[in-house]
Amino acid sequence: MSLLEVKNLKKYFPLKGGILSRTTGQVRAVDDVSFALEHGETLGLVGESGCGKTTVGRSILRLIEPTAGQITFKDQNLLELEREELRKIRASLQIIFQDPFSSLDPRMNVGQIIAEPLRNHLKISRTEIRDRVAYLMERVGLHPEQMRRYPHEFSGGQRQRIGIARALALNPLAIICDEPVSALDVSIQAQVINLLAQLQEEMNLSYLFIAHDLSVVEHISDRVAVMYLGRIVELATDKALYQNPLHPYSRALLSAVPIPDPEIRRKKIVLQGDVPSPINPPSGCSFHTRCPECKAVCSRQEPTLRDMGDGHWVACHR
Amino acid sequence: MSAHTKPLLEIKDLHTRFHTLDGAVKAVDGIDFEVYPGETLGLVGESGCGKSVTALSILQLLPCPPAEIQGRIFFEGKNLLDLGKEEVRKIRGNDISMIFQEPMTSLNPVLRIGEQISEAAKIHKDMTRREAWRWAVEMLRMVQIPGPGSRSRQYPHKFSGGMRQRAMIAMALSCNPRLILADEPTTALDVTIQAQIMTLLQGLKDDFKTAIVLITHDLGVIAEMASRVVVMYAGKVVEEAPIKELFKDPRHPYTQGLLGSIPVIGRKERTGRRLQEIPGIVPGPLETPLGCRFHPRCHKVINRCCDQEPPMIQLAEHRRVSCWLEA
Repeated sequence: MSLLEVKNLKKYFPLKGGILSRTTGQVRAVDDVSFALEHGETLGLVGESGCGKTTVGRSILRLIEPTAGQITFKDQNLLELEREELRKIRASLQIIFQDPFSSLDPRMNVGQIIAEPLRNHLKISRTEIRDRVAYLMERVGLHPEQMRRYPHEFSGGQRQRIGIARALALNPLAIICDEPVSALDVSIQAQVINLLAQLQEEMNLSYLFIAHDLSVVEHISDRVAVMYLGRIVELATDKALYQNPLHPYSRALLSAVPIPDPEIRRKKIVLQGDVPSPINPPSGCSFHTRCPECKAVCSRQEPTLRDMGDGHWVACHR
Repeated sequence: MSAHTKPLLEIKDLHTRFHTLDGAVKAVDGIDFEVYPGETLGLVGESGCGKSVTALSILQLLPCPPAEIQGRIFFEGKNLLDLGKEEVRKIRGNDISMIFQEPMTSLNPVLRIGEQISEAAKIHKDMTRREAWRWAVEMLRMVQIPGPGSRSRQYPHKFSGGMRQRAMIAMALSCNPRLILADEPTTALDVTIQAQIMTLLQGLKDDFKTAIVLITHDLGVIAEMASRVVVMYAGKVVEEAPIKELFKDPRHPYTQGLLGSIPVIGRKERTGRRLQEIPGIVPGPLETPLGCRFHPRCHKVINRCCDQEPPMIQLAEHRRVSCWLEA
């Protein structure tokens, strides 16, 4: 059985307008997304800005209340839980945020930040808390002597380590990593990626790794889902996706990644135009307006995610 | 890029300092490099290495004080630092122009796009308002903005990120400059839009023979665009190499570390999941280490690195490295 199962997840944000602020439309940020996260695996979720990948991550934890769907974790549907039950279950399902500057309370010192989940969930003494915080700090490569320092005294990479220590505090089963390295410099990015990989091995963690950088996602993931305008268009093992992308969008996306090797010259598939607005997504396949391989059926009928064998799923008429 | 061609831009011993209450911050500390007509030079480094300040110093876009620029910047034989304000103005936006990183904040939100693009043509090419506007529409067409006529009458908030960057490029190109300083031109953009902008820049460069200084931290973008690379660390040049040699045979431990620390698609099968790390962090501008600035993070450090600054070793033409291991 999968650790986390997301079924038909939808999140429509209402658009308010006029003096009575009536709902005048909807932003379909996430539109019918389904996937499963297995024990100990990393599932990458990639897509360009505005594709809904962050909304998926936050909806799973109900930091954003989803419009519809089903999220099964530890045999419970998270969307049916009461506040208190949800709070308890969040001990095993944690999140690391993108921005290491705004996701830490500037008025709490590092010790307090990492201890907060411990104090909220466990009834343990202060010395036990301090020992656990010191242990966690060492685990993520920080010095426990820095416990009394405040977030502003740390660099971006170190702050991200604080965020990771906080997420690890309660021995979670799964962590949602929402762009954990995109705000960091390349050399620091490698440190954090290595740390995440090492922690996963040692603690058998599962990651839902949300990022826009395809090289980073390929590096860390076992399977990858590609999102476009609120939908998953392709889902496959990292190898299958990167060597044999089936969806025209995945192909264009991959060909657009600059390769750090001047000897390799590839032909890029340059997509025309911008991503359409999710307020008025195109009819049929939402990618058909930019698709180089568009057929007549694409503008009429919405493609469903089909299994092409070996767990390679794609939503395309071709 | 042989010895016969004269460089378009020649930077010699450039120092840019900022005087602050905590003391003088040496953002750029004695760098040299040249740019030849029609080439794309990559300027690589992490945040805080001084690459953007270098570009801003060339165009003298830094308020002095607190900034203090010393050294020589020759553009077509003239030292820009000797010129008066008015003379620099004639060059800025005309012979040398700049593309900024953030297309969101570097356009004026209260002026129409056409107004902003036509400004340079009005000043430098003595065009009338109407001519300049027509010119701006042409520029928008050239950077492939659909419906350039109606788009030129819109304000920046109506443009998407990629379109704003195109408008910035149109502005930079509007006076046919011989040199463009592109400061992280694609960093704020999604990959598919980045591919559009890179293809566009490459095409325009080929058509107009403009030289580009491409400032970025993204080695993938460098590999695809640049012909020669200068690597900076903490305000200094640590290595220079033609593009292929830099990737095949990086000599400075910092360059080696940078190349090893980026994930490359398809490489983990061979090298495993562990990326090469550069330990520690980039030193702050007020805590520059003694000796080689990279020595606290270097895995090949030897004794003299800690107290003596390494000399610049010229290995070949356009091939130099500043490291004691090569001395």
